[in-house]
Amino acid sequence: MAETVVAPPLRVIPIIPELKPDAMKDVRSFVANEKIQTAIGFPGQLVDDWHDRALGKMGELLEKYRSLKVYMDACVHCGACSDKCHYFIGTQDPKNMPVARQDLMRSVYRRHFTLAGKLFPKLVGARDLTREVLDEWYTYYNQCSECRRCSVFCPYGIDTAEVTMAAREILDSVGYGQKYTNEIIGKVHSIGNNLGLPGPALIDTLQGLEEDVKEDTGVDVRFPIDVQGAEVLLITPSADFFAEPHIDSLIGYAKVFHAAGISWTLSSKASEAGNFGLFIGNYDQLRKIALRIREAALELGVKRIIVGECGHAWRVAYSFWNTLTGIGAGADDPFALQLQRQLDGRYRQPTHICEFTWDLIERDALRFDKSANDQYVVTFHDSCNVARGSRMGDMMGGQFEIPRNIIRAVANHFVEMPEHTIREKTFCCGGGGGLLTDDLIDLRVKGALPRMEALQEVAQTHGVNFMATICAICKAQFSKVLPYYQFDRRVVGGVHQLVSNAILLGPTP
Amino acid sequence: MAGTLMALLFYLAFLVFAGGLLYRIAGYARTPAPLKIPTTPAPTTRSGVVLRMAREVLLFESLFKANLWIWGFGILFHFGLALVLARHLRYFTEPVWGWVDLVQPFGIYAGFAMALGLAGLWARRLFVQRIRYISTPSDHLMLVLLLTIALSGLSMKFIDHPDVVAVKRFFEGWLHLSLQPLPESVLLVLHLSCVALLLLIFPFSKLLHAPGVFFSPTRNQVDNPREHRHLSSWAAARYEGEGPRG
Repeated sequence: MAETVVAPPLRVIPIIPELKPDAMKDVRSFVANEKIQTAIGFPGQLVDDWHDRALGKMGELLEKYRSLKVYMDACVHCGACSDKCHYFIGTQDPKNMPVARQDLMRSVYRRHFTLAGKLFPKLVGARDLTREVLDEWYTYYNQCSECRRCSVFCPYGIDTAEVTMAAREILDSVGYGQKYTNEIIGKVHSIGNNLGLPGPALIDTLQGLEEDVKEDTGVDVRFPIDVQGAEVLLITPSADFFAEPHIDSLIGYAKVFHAAGISWTLSSKASEAGNFGLFIGNYDQLRKIALRIREAALELGVKRIIVGECGHAWRVAYSFWNTLTGIGAGADDPFALQLQRQLDGRYRQPTHICEFTWDLIERDALRFDKSANDQYVVTFHDSCNVARGSRMGDMMGGQFEIPRNIIRAVANHFVEMPEHTIREKTFCCGGGGGLLTDDLIDLRVKGALPRMEALQEVAQTHGVNFMATICAICKAQFSKVLPYYQFDRRVVGGVHQLVSNAILLGPTP
Repeated sequence: MAGTLMALLFYLAFLVFAGGLLYRIAGYARTPAPLKIPTTPAPTTRSGVVLRMAREVLLFESLFKANLWIWGFGILFHFGLALVLARHLRYFTEPVWGWVDLVQPFGIYAGFAMALGLAGLWARRLFVQRIRYISTPSDHLMLVLLLTIALSGLSMKFIDHPDVVAVKRFFEGWLHLSLQPLPESVLLVLHLSCVALLLLIFPFSKLLHAPGVFFSPTRNQVDNPREHRHLSSWAAARYEGEGPRG
């Protein structure tokens, strides 16, 4: 399949594309096998009584999640969201319009949970949950990256990500899970990180990095791991340990810690910031994966927890860690207090690496040679989970300003992409939400279209040749799809990659 | 006879509307939001959230960002409807409240605005490919119902004027559980029947967007997850020992 994938042409005038019904109906992510499913407590294959169990699960979720309950009722089919999804724009499949994606579930909700749908199904667009409907759920709920762009524009704030998560939760509960995401969740439990990198390999990699940086800079920058009593525990996506361009940002974090003179450590137990439990909407998995970080923090006795460049991980850390694990402040229960008493209350817990670096820059604690980035005209791609599901600093919108401030502090040339493609209106890279898998490469290439159009525009008008971002998935996705759009794969990189290029490590002159 | 039937229909419609709506609202209020999911731009304080909700409900802020056509027609319809409803309070108050008197002349224009907004929304539903695709028969019928209410109302003002004093007597009587005759007018019966039907289907239809928006977690949550531990009742119960709601 991969050979035949072609990027759609960039639109000269970005008019809303025509509908191509069923254009993506055959693009189905691989289904998880029995081993993958049972390893994380789901049925191995589609159960015989899937119909009743799926409806039972749906009823349960409607009782547990106000979002789902309200969002199933509130939609008026106004169409505000209908042209907002990058997958719709790239594929033209009407079922990739957010409202139509929601309606795949809403139609079943109406049939089985509402009076109108029980009495007059045709009138209100209600459908029985048939095997065809279940398959359609699997196909199209695995074509949503849960980026929440539609939610920004909905007059009721209906969040398709909440619906997609519920659908995946229901599918998992009847044994119809997605291979990519569920396999990774298994790996994080058995090995400690999404990439399945065992502890010894990790330690080797970090030693190699120390040697590389020494060779490059002549300075002994450390990459410590499992250091008892360190001030900071750094939780970063495992891609940072060896994938390109991720690793350059890891080097950037280490240089910042070095320059600031703050003791820090990684953890072999919690060697992963990513939390794919989010993608399948499963509270138990979300919590269990996040708890590894709490345990590592307690064992190592750290005072601060800092999170590296990873979009959905930052959403989980910022928005959910306090709820799930007590990493945060303001608790009055013993479980959370056990950790909150250990953490230093003078700092935000958790802290994003960009908040940390920007605080140091504001205090004049770091020195840069900005000309080191002069070969670049930089733009910034807001990652969806950071942009729409989290914050940085003390101000609304800090998640937009702080990374940009850092870029301006370390590079001379910075340009914004068009306004409707940045900040809270940013377009997903096309690979988020558990879709960063080769079996979905067709979808990923097409889903990147709106971002590629925006990049092309600033590349032409301003000569932009570097798109900085703070998400491991964005970096991996763009590295893969940029060539389909005739860009060099190295156009994408991390914010701390730019920091790493410009930071001065020697003694103050 | 027509008056008695209409009065009874309105008692039924009102009971279903009020009871159904309360039941729905209670359901939304009872269901926990286990995670913090406000969407950007999310206020960091409770008062900020009140302001955000006010902008959302009064100005349709998000819709404005999304699509100016839908926003424009939506504003015309909803604000038109609000003024028209205010104007109709004169049938239920004696003496008529001062501000209700004041809005009377605007109420007429509002009636046209309402009809124009509805027509615009329906035209989009019929002619814009994406919106036609997502429309169900009930979406069209809902607009037909609202348009019928608006046009029959306007017709009574400009074409066939029923005895409004008698109409007022009917509704004042209705309020005090005393059945009064209704003036004989086909338009009036059509108008009132459609209003009753609208009240009847309200709690079972997409009209629930009206209470729903206030319960939407992406819009009504305060963005302070690092400062306050947010724990739902079911999550606290499931992971016993973690303590009470935060």
